[in-house]
Amino acid sequence: MTMLQISNLTKRYGRQTALDNVDLSIAPGERVALLGHNGAGKSTLMKLVLGLLAPSGGDITVAGHAPGSKAARDLTAYLPENIAFHPSLTGREQIRHFLRLRGRPASQADALLAKVGLADAARRRIGTYSKGMRQRVGLAQALIGNPALMVLDEPTSGLDPVSRREFYALLDELAVRGTAILMSSHALSEVEARTDRIAILSKGRKVADGSLNVLRTDAALPLTVQLRPQPGYTSQVAAAFPEAKQAGDVLTLTCAQTDKLNVLTRITAVRDTIQDFDFLPPSLDDIYVQISRSAA
Amino acid sequence: MLLRIVSTFHIEFAIALRNRWLSIAVVMMVLFSLVLSIAGSAPTGPLGVDRLSVTVASLTSLSVYLVPLMALVISFDAIAGEIERGTLPLYLAYPVSRGEMLVGKLAAQLVLIIIAVCLGYGAAALVAFWFSGPVAMDGLPALLRLVWTSVLLGAVFLSLGQMISGLSRRPSAAAGLAIGLWLVAVVLYDLGLLAAIVADDGGVFTTRVFPWLLVANPADALRIYNLAASDAVGAASGLAGAAQSIALWKPLASLLIWVVLAAGLARLAFGTVKP
Repeated sequence: MTMLQISNLTKRYGRQTALDNVDLSIAPGERVALLGHNGAGKSTLMKLVLGLLAPSGGDITVAGHAPGSKAARDLTAYLPENIAFHPSLTGREQIRHFLRLRGRPASQADALLAKVGLADAARRRIGTYSKGMRQRVGLAQALIGNPALMVLDEPTSGLDPVSRREFYALLDELAVRGTAILMSSHALSEVEARTDRIAILSKGRKVADGSLNVLRTDAALPLTVQLRPQPGYTSQVAAAFPEAKQAGDVLTLTCAQTDKLNVLTRITAVRDTIQDFDFLPPSLDDIYVQISRSAA
Repeated sequence: MLLRIVSTFHIEFAIALRNRWLSIAVVMMVLFSLVLSIAGSAPTGPLGVDRLSVTVASLTSLSVYLVPLMALVISFDAIAGEIERGTLPLYLAYPVSRGEMLVGKLAAQLVLIIIAVCLGYGAAALVAFWFSGPVAMDGLPALLRLVWTSVLLGAVFLSLGQMISGLSRRPSAAAGLAIGLWLVAVVLYDLGLLAAIVADDGGVFTTRVFPWLLVANPADALRIYNLAASDAVGAASGLAGAAQSIALWKPLASLLIWVVLAAGLARLAFGTVKP
């Protein structure tokens, strides 16, 4: 069973194609990150899922319902990008309003605000909130009524690292209870491997879809090896590793994933001349850039 | 549905209170009403008209100018503000319809207009009673008529303000357009008609087209209806002749049609907004 099913989705604005034949499905309890540069089509895809825009082609269903239908809206929670809310309202008033719009008791507002760490600020006007606090108000409204599908547009932007951890802890809790989560981000490092699957959009096309490990393998990026020779042995080490580049007293070379053991053997062969060494895996951002670039 | 409209009403009213729209509107209405009712006391005796009727004649002009301005100022942010804050796509993803949002906002804004008009014109009535005693009772029906027609006019311009808000999508552009609409509808329209009458010099335009054009403008419709519905008010305004040549139902029908038409236009304009 899938909560969100997208097939052959295409969206054109005039002659410009914002989304080109995109397929994506999310099962209940699955957390999927949607990655892409600005303008890659992430927000467009989300607005199509919410029924705010009409597709030019393809199909979307939310638990079998058409996007934007009453049933789909009741099941779906949304957090738009860069949401500000009215500065004159308090966080509490705003959440009580959102609860009533969903036909839920407004008395749940305090519990929701406490859940996102805004219990103390609940009675203050949103105008006095920081960007991170406003983002938490947005998150609080998205938590209303344990939604079956959550659509979060760049939810971690504006959150400090501690808040981001708390946010992912909340997502984990929701996913355990069966909520399907689609969240966008512009960087793989933001997602921090806290999602089950990662889909990458580039210029409106889906160029990758899989777990972080799958993406790592697909990107096939080499590791970076750093060697620090014993004092006075730099030239010997450089001779043993002619492909290495020297910067200060550190020698750097790259090595394919499959070649790790060979390099290690070469290092042990000259172990007396080496003070220290490191194998550095490619960073999440390197992987992301590689995949986006190779697809372009 | 009702719950969602009531909640929207609730939240919009809270915003209007905090933005001081209510206090500004009330202060403006009370201040102008007091000035007009006190200053308008001079010509009472010789006309044989009670003091309140004279005041109502002055207040009619106040309604024509001030109520549309207040309504536009209160409503221009209705949709453009939601777009700017990024809350519009969120609301549209909720189980709430665009129509429900507009009705909730309109109701909250209309309550502001009702409060401001009642307090302002109530103050004028108090002044009239204070100075001339029970005789002022004669003018009370005219004052009540002015109150409810002013509220109708307010509803028209609130919806027109929402329409502008939906069409312009940015609060700053909406504010500019709102002022422009006020100038055209309330000031330039009448000047244009006046110029046309002078140029026409009693021809077909003056006798056939002009009355309809006058009635077609909701602000003029309010003026004519209030002046024509009361002999005393008409006499005090000195415009009785002009007003009474038009059947009473026409300006009233115009006002009522405008209330519905403007709300429909606002809904259409909101419908064109792509989140």
